Formats: sequence, structure tokens, C-alpha cells
Amino acid sequence: MSGAKPDSGVASGTTTGGSTERESRGRLVRDGLAIATYAMPVGLVFGLTALQAGYSVFDVAANSALAFAGGAQFAAAGLVKTHSSWLAIAGVVALINARHLLYSAALTPYLLGQPRPERAVMAHFLTDETFALALAHFRRIGGFDRRGYWLAAMFIFVPWQVGSTVGYLVAGAVDTNRLGLDVAFPAAMAGLSLGMVSGRRDAAAAMGAVVVAVTVGLVGGPSLGLVAGAVLGPLFGLAIRPSAREESSEPERPEPSAEAGLP
Amino acid sequence: MNLGTALVPLAFVMWAVTYPSRALPMLAPGIERLPKWAVTYLRLAGPAALAALAATGSLLTTDTPPHLQLGVMPLAVALCVIVVWRTRLLLAGVVAAVVLVALARALGLA
Repeated sequence: MSGAKPDSGVASGTTTGGSTERESRGRLVRDGLAIATYAMPVGLVFGLTALQAGYSVFDVAANSALAFAGGAQFAAAGLVKTHSSWLAIAGVVALINARHLLYSAALTPYLLGQPRPERAVMAHFLTDETFALALAHFRRIGGFDRRGYWLAAMFIFVPWQVGSTVGYLVAGAVDTNRLGLDVAFPAAMAGLSLGMVSGRRDAAAAMGAVVVAVTVGLVGGPSLGLVAGAVLGPLFGLAIRPSAREESSEPERPEPSAEAGLP
Repeated sequence: MNLGTALVPLAFVMWAVTYPSRALPMLAPGIERLPKWAVTYLRLAGPAALAALAATGSLLTTDTPPHLQLGVMPLAVALCVIVVWRTRLLLAGVVAAVVLVALARALGLA
């Protein structure tokens, strides 16, 4: 997660022992604390933004709890401030959050053994950070871990709720730009992406996504660039021949949890 | 303090257009019977999406139309990548990036 060393449990399929799960949870907690450390100040910034856009404290709390999508919430606040229609806001939010389709699909192989109602609840808490933390954890242990998923989700949900509400209430107290906190989100995303690179296909997908995202973003805006990079980036990885190690580590089917009979 | 609820329904609208993309793949029957190339595609989507998030957040300005930004922000993100690569600690990388940006702004360099 927070490093470049390959450590995919799915790849090896041999690391599902209890101690490994504990070790992996320990790493999940350490990485989660890093996420929470930046989520809180970014939440503060959203609170400030929402205040400037005319939100009430209840609007902020509802927005963070229901939408629970940082980038889309910022975009929506900007549109509310300019009195855009709700239809336009809904369209922009849907576009920005379309990437969750990919996250959800990527996690699904690990969740197939879980009841649908539980999966339906888990889906609400799926964010960039939840996905990154949970997927890396599942890869390390080679299967699903309920506690691990909820730890990952709460490391972003709790500080985001607290940060956005407190930010609204203490508006103006923190100069996030002067403190350099605006770089925390892209820096964390880059670090998390690096932690998922375990071969040249991953690297090609990540670098291809950067090129596509920036190129499309310059023409159609960052949101469109983001979606384009996320959708087209993996094609760069698919276009190159995997290394022998990658070839042997790719699962035949997106299972591990269901077929392994894990929780 | 504003105690209104005028934008609470908007929060529900935002949930309504976000939740399907979060839930449909998890709940759609048959998703587990994907061909191998699709599984590989989905595996590659993780690093790709996060890299795209990092790129759009650091290399593009927020004005309309956006411009390429080659100042301290991408430099700080690159520093974060190097620190994370060397230490395997995400927090160390993020802190290094934040400190670099804060210093650059304090010194009037950004």
C-alpha cells in the first residue's frame, strides 16, 4: 500500500494464515492513519467551501454522510455557489463518481461469499481510499476480511464527517493553502497507486492513466480526464506482454474469497 | 448559524447518482464469471485510477479551461512518490510533500 514492494496475497495465494492477517491489518491501520491524517484537514477545507457556498450545518453533515465523495462534494459546492441546476450537479457528480464502478468491480471477487444485504451496505462506504486500503489488504492476505474492510472504510468516513463539520463551524481558522495541505490528496493518491504497482503491467497502466488523464483533462476538464484515465489506463497495461512472474500470478478467475471459502 | 435544510435533498440526489456505481458491480449477478482479460483489466484499474487522481490533482489547474501546472505541486507529489518508494510509509511521503509546498509558499517560491 504505502510502498513499492510487491506483496500481493492474491498473487501468491499462499498467505492466508492468521498471523499474516494480523500483520496485514497492522499495515492497514498504519496506512489508514496516514489517510485519516489528510482526510481531516481536507474535510475541514470542504466545510469551509460549503460555508462559502451557502450550506447550513445540516446540509454539510447530510452531504458528507450521504454523498460521501470528496471530489464530487467539492464540485457540487462550487456549482451550488454559482446557482447551477440540480440536474447539472447530479450529472457532474455522476461523472466524477463513475470511477467507483471500477473499484466496486475490482473488489467484487473478494466479496462474493458475503450476503447481498451486507454488500449493499458496504458499497455505500466505497471511496478511493477505502478501495485502496481494502484491496491492498485483501491482496496481501489472499482473501476477504470483514474487519479489514470496515477499518478501511472508517479511516476515511469518520475523519471526513468530523473534518467537514468542524471545518464549517470554525470557518476561516485554517489557511490550508498556506499550510500546503492542498497537496495532501494528490500526494496520497500517488503514494497509494505506487503501492499497487507490482509489475510492468501495473506500471504501464498507471503511467498510461496519467498521460490520458492530463491530456483529456486539458481539453474536457479534470473530472473527464480522471474518468478517461481510469478507464483507458488499464488498456496500456493490457497492451504489453506480462513478465513471467506477472503471468504466473494473474488469477484465472476473479475469485479468491468465494472459492477459497473465506469469510 | 445557518440551520436550514434546503440542500439536504440535494445530498440525497448526489447519493442516488453515486450509489449505483458503487453497488451495481457488487450486486450484479454473474459478475464473478468474467473472462481473464476482464479480470486483469479490473486489477489494473486500481493503480490506473489512483494515478489519474494524483495527476489531475497535481498537474492541472482548477480554472476553466484548465492549464498544465508544472510548479511545486507536481514536484511535491513526485517527492512523495520517492519517499514512499524508499520508506514504504505513506504518511512520510505525504508529510514531505506538504512541508515542501508550505516551505515554497512561505519563501514566496510558489
